Amino acid sequence: MKKRIDQFVEAFDHRTGLHTALRKFLYEEIPQSSGWHQVFGSVALFLILIQFFTGAMLAFNYAPTTGEAYNSLRYILTEVTAGRLMRGLHHWGASMIIVVVVLHMVQVFLWGAYKKPREGTWVVGVILLLLTLAYGLTGYLLPWDNRAYWGTVVATQIGATVPLAGPYVSRILASTGDIGVVTFARFYGLHVLLLPPATLLLIALHVTLVRRHGVQPAPGDEVKPKKSFYPEQVFKDTVAVFIAFAILFTMAIAVRVPLERLADPTDTSYIPRPEWYFLFLFQMLKVFEGPLEVVGTVILPTLAILALIATPFIDRSKLVSIRNRGLAAGVIVLAGLGWAGLTAAAIRSTPPQTAASSIDFSGPTQWMQLKPAELSGIHYYREQNCAACHNVVGGEAKAGPNLLNTARRHDQAWMLLHFKSPQTTSPGTAMAPVNLTGPQLNDLAAAMLALTPDNGNVIDSTPAFVADGAAVYQKNFCSACHAINGVGGKIGPPLNGLSARRTEAWTKEHFVNPQKMSPGTSMGAYKFSNADMDNIVSYLFTLPDK
Amino acid sequence: MAEQTPALHETLPAENMPRRAFHLAVIYILGGLIGLALAIPTLLYLLVPPRSRRQEGWVDAGDISQLTPGAPVEMSFQQSRVDGWRVITEKKTAWVVKEPDNKIVAFGPQCTHLGCAYHWDEGVKQFACPCHASFFAIDGKVLAGPAPRPLDRYVTRVQDNRLQIGPLRNSASNA
Repeated sequence: MKKRIDQFVEAFDHRTGLHTALRKFLYEEIPQSSGWHQVFGSVALFLILIQFFTGAMLAFNYAPTTGEAYNSLRYILTEVTAGRLMRGLHHWGASMIIVVVVLHMVQVFLWGAYKKPREGTWVVGVILLLLTLAYGLTGYLLPWDNRAYWGTVVATQIGATVPLAGPYVSRILASTGDIGVVTFARFYGLHVLLLPPATLLLIALHVTLVRRHGVQPAPGDEVKPKKSFYPEQVFKDTVAVFIAFAILFTMAIAVRVPLERLADPTDTSYIPRPEWYFLFLFQMLKVFEGPLEVVGTVILPTLAILALIATPFIDRSKLVSIRNRGLAAGVIVLAGLGWAGLTAAAIRSTPPQTAASSIDFSGPTQWMQLKPAELSGIHYYREQNCAACHNVVGGEAKAGPNLLNTARRHDQAWMLLHFKSPQTTSPGTAMAPVNLTGPQLNDLAAAMLALTPDNGNVIDSTPAFVADGAAVYQKNFCSACHAINGVGGKIGPPLNGLSARRTEAWTKEHFVNPQKMSPGTSMGAYKFSNADMDNIVSYLFTLPDK
Repeated sequence: MAEQTPALHETLPAENMPRRAFHLAVIYILGGLIGLALAIPTLLYLLVPPRSRRQEGWVDAGDISQLTPGAPVEMSFQQSRVDGWRVITEKKTAWVVKEPDNKIVAFGPQCTHLGCAYHWDEGVKQFACPCHASFFAIDGKVLAGPAPRPLDRYVTRVQDNRLQIGPLRNSASNA
């Protein structure tokens, strides 16, 4: 049998040369000093392949137009099995590539592996780093939520400040006016059609050059006998790849990638933030203002890139050990400190997100359809700790009955009697009377009667500030004059769509002093506690537009 | 060339045999684990149908008080359908038959052979498909031609003489 296999392999190899090529590749001779410090290149390659694969998987369920991108991504996150995992792998994989590529470059720099004759390998590597950043920039827009939209507005405006070329950059990205369908199509085209083949080509060139010049030996290692790449170094690479993958997989499962609300070009209150690896650039821009802005947006980044490319041509000494290269070590330390300092300053100066804009639309949002009374009822459900004895959607068995489809069995009158006197409606029950006022019990009953299999998750998924804000809304009888989700009075304006008409600051001021903000209004002033004010305003700003 | 490099499973003279076996085992095991961790979610992603957001409701197809047994009528109605991340409302039709016992049956409008639109042939009192000459009786049974199974039926109910239509059921699955 073994002979047969060998014969087949030989015949196959005779015709294709694949087996010989693989052997040549794996039995490449590497210096004795090769080891764990050289695994980063393999890890980066592995992560790029993961990106190609998960990207293709996402594309199976994603519609690349502004009208549908957001909805199709929500579909992936909320309905497609393992869709959240696929997106998590793609999202965190992107960040991880940046980390690994930078580690790879630092290693090459510290070991002096970019020096003659390996200048070409280094330059191709720098271009690959730039491509990696281009993936991040173009991919950022594709979810088409507020974060994506406003982040890209800033990025394209930076592109427009390039001297001479600025208008052409804007023209190519179709971002001269508003960012719209054309910009989106071009970012998508770059992200999935142009960048991947360019990456593959450059990786092939990069690896070919590495093979051509061989792995850089440590000083004094040149004369020692070589060892084989396979299996010892492949073993080390595999272990490193596995560790990277384990971290990535854990993050994809454990760390939720939020999806903000649909991109809203009229939302002028949104404060855009770039991805973490661009934060240092973002922070640097704050230093340069007015006519100097171009220094931060274009000149410094260009100089930095040129310096990276020129590194092997500037540093022509033959010394490779970092102990003899004090200046080089200093450059690395300074660059690291500068990056960390700028990033930390950017994070520190990030204003806290408003509660309304922190809602994660990648989770269930059925609570947005609920009426104020029902949301207020959820507030009391949580306040009274009803969940200690009742389930709504699954979970381990509890003392009380499941509350889904309560409306099929009971009406409001029964519910109210049950809350006040459980023994009357359910003789022998262990439930104690609910200690709330009449209107509060009405809300609690409304919430219980609204629970169906389609929206049962609202008990858990309603953000706390929404339930609490709705309770404030109910307590102050706002619905006597205002309508939300079609329920309430018509004296005041309906409150759906408030976020499109007003700012949160305006609304807070309006509660305190209605006459100042809307002269002639019949609305009275409301003095809320700070917490109540934050909750009710945040709640009003999460209302769906219609 | 092939003589200079040994086959992948062969050991170089200088190599330590157990150490090499350990390296190979780790490469295959970790590689396999990564492959599994990717393959299983991918299969789930591609094969498990997505969670459906809404249950298909009843749609009103019209008044049936004028219907007489033995005279099928083609009725049209608007039905919503979940298509990925969209909900599409589309015009659909059904051949509605009042059976002698006044039970109402609504057939899907496509021949069960290759999906052509069939019609009621008043002359022979049969449903006739023009594509490949399949014929169905008024109760949907195949009388002639290549059709593999009876006509598909909608789930229906009648309220106040109005026909309400639910999902279309494949006649092979609930026959």
